[in-house]
Amino acid sequence: MTKLECKEIFEKLSEYLDRQLPPDMCDQIDAHIGACPPCVQFVESLRKTMELCKDLKEEEKPAPLRHHALSNLRSAYQKFSRERNAEKGVLKNGSEA
Amino acid sequence: MAGNLEAPIGPLRPQSQDGAVESAAPRPAPNKEVELARRLIAGDESAFEPFVSAFQTKLFQYTYLTCGQREDAEEVAQETLLKVFENLAQLREPEKVRPWVFRIARNVCYMKRRKSIYAPEEEISLDQLMPSFKDDGGGRRIEIADWKGLPDTLAMKGELRDMLREAIGDLPDLYRNTLLLRDVEELSTEETAEVLGVSADVVKTRLHRARLMLRQRLDAQLLAGVRP
Ligand SMILES: [Zn+2]
Repeated sequence: MTKLECKEIFEKLSEYLDRQLPPDMCDQIDAHIGACPPCVQFVESLRKTMELCKDLKEEEKPAPLRHHALSNLRSAYQKFSRERNAEKGVLKNGSEA
Repeated sequence: MAGNLEAPIGPLRPQSQDGAVESAAPRPAPNKEVELARRLIAGDESAFEPFVSAFQTKLFQYTYLTCGQREDAEEVAQETLLKVFENLAQLREPEKVRPWVFRIARNVCYMKRRKSIYAPEEEISLDQLMPSFKDDGGGRRIEIADWKGLPDTLAMKGELRDMLREAIGDLPDLYRNTLLLRDVEELSTEETAEVLGVSADVVKTRLHRARLMLRQRLDAQLLAGVRP
């Protein structure tokens, strides 16, 4: 058995699974988990929880935007574009004057 | 090193060979949205539709899981997009478009959301989220459901999906937001920190608790015999 206790392992599991831990810490955790059935089970349940969350993204799709909603958005963008061009125009004229 | 117990995962060292620690999770860079934002700002209207469709789905997912209502979520996603275009002049750094858009979504959500059941002021202690150990003579064990039977994917598993969605909905706001951004939308730690206005360390702490809470809730359901 290694020095790290299960509880210390649990505290670091997210960073471990996200590969955000320094290599020596990873080695210690690998060593502990390799010899600790409760940790194997716990890690597996946490990993699966994370996998399922990622998968939720594939499952939830919105209805396509209505024509009217899309044209509202486009108007807002075109307004931005116009104002931006106007601003550029002013700058340009300013520098020419 | 490791013994011969069945290990569910391989060693999870950072992948670089020189021993340097990768500071961020190895996710692909979100170049597509950044590129579209650049083109939009430059006045290229052909980027409009791809930008809308790239973000509409992401925003819908985020707000659906925050608000819990499909109709609300579609409305919030649209309202967010409208604010995005109305305020596009304020996006000075296109490379930060994802955190910028999600921050707007978060604000729109806050105006609409139903109150969560409880919103802790302080971080929940890890002890509450750990399994309990018992020793029945056959060695130390934890009380845990049999997760082996659970599929890794939600495809065709309607009940599992509903269970997961409900469990996410029950998380306190603080934790749900972090989990949605990191694990569902797959933003980096740094991007999530930017959306939520907290440090990267706080994101890590909350993400870990959120995952543990979710795990615990699913575990309880499985132990109670709810079979997906
Ligand atoms: Zn252990």
